[in-house]
Amino acid sequence: MATITIGIMDPPYESANTPTAFRLVEAAIRKGHNVNVFCYEGATALGFAGQKPHANAVHGLSLEEEDHPNPKEWVKSLLTFAGEKKVKLVWCNCGMCVDERGVENQVEGVCRGSPVDAWKYSEASDGVLLIGTE
Amino acid sequence: MSRYILIQSKSPWESGDVGHFYALARELGDRGEVTFFLVQNGVMAARTGASDAGLDGILGAKVRVLADDFSLRERGIDAGSLKKGVGSGAIDEVVDLLAGGAKALWH
Amino acid sequence: MAKYLSIIDSSYRATIEEQDDTAVWFTHAMKNGGADVSILLRGDAVNYAVSGQDAKGLRFGSRTVKGPDMVRDIQAVIAKKIPLYAVADDLAERGIPASRLIPGVEQVQRSAIARLIETHDRVLSW
Repeated sequence: MATITIGIMDPPYESANTPTAFRLVEAAIRKGHNVNVFCYEGATALGFAGQKPHANAVHGLSLEEEDHPNPKEWVKSLLTFAGEKKVKLVWCNCGMCVDERGVENQVEGVCRGSPVDAWKYSEASDGVLLIGTE
Repeated sequence: MSRYILIQSKSPWESGDVGHFYALARELGDRGEVTFFLVQNGVMAARTGASDAGLDGILGAKVRVLADDFSLRERGIDAGSLKKGVGSGAIDEVVDLLAGGAKALWH
Repeated sequence: MAKYLSIIDSSYRATIEEQDDTAVWFTHAMKNGGADVSILLRGDAVNYAVSGQDAKGLRFGSRTVKGPDMVRDIQAVIAKKIPLYAVADDLAERGIPASRLIPGVEQVQRSAIARLIETHDRVLSW
């Protein structure tokens, strides 16, 4: 069992980096590793509890049929998955980034911290990856 | 020996900077074990016939080049259409390298 | 304790809203917390090493925007003894002469980046 720290920056719905980051976290949990995710800047909106799905008239699909993703559900689901696999997933937001974006209302299980916390997670990790943004 | 995982997320046509990342992979390959993982639009360069001298330059060098299987499928590139020297790999490859302490660079 | 190298090539991305470069800021915050960090500016980010940057003067309605002070922030990084490198080839390609650089920025050749990465334990690619 190893510990991996991943830093992410992209807000939801803006970059292909986001699903790739989620895939990395999912794979790490599936393989039995502990994961720290540090969300910086726009990525702090990934866990925002106020996200809502919508129907899609262009697709001709109702709300249920479209099954539009809200990343907050992905966050919740990965936290549950980590529990099932008996590994630790820390999902930590940069607190100042949360405040300036007004996304304090986060799904349960998300914590807040600072760059020093990100550093401490990294120090305790076997591998560290920062996915920067454009 | 140091191990490196270089993750290329951009295609050479969307970013003019990709050439430098290929060059860095070659240089690090002289210093350690390098896995160059193409993901997202980065896999576009891996198609047989794609005109990207930068990627061609690291194939056959001391660099292991993989293309993310999901990104390939998402773009309709089947494994049989990859340039010689590019393997198809799961995202698990990146996780394994991180878990093993490889230094990771994302581009 | 690991040695971290922040490689910054994204530039002027959110500097007006954040009133700093968030990669430079983050790295400086890590240093304040006790981390061993260095910064490498490459690509367009080498422009952060240029003196005379001025982002003041924006106004949206009655709201003025103070703006970032990148020269102040780069000087602060140097004063904090965070090694700050800029890729010489990238400066030259952009026509930036050494006389325009903020004192304390160390130029490195592009060919030296691999060695810089090798001598650090962790790389943060911004």
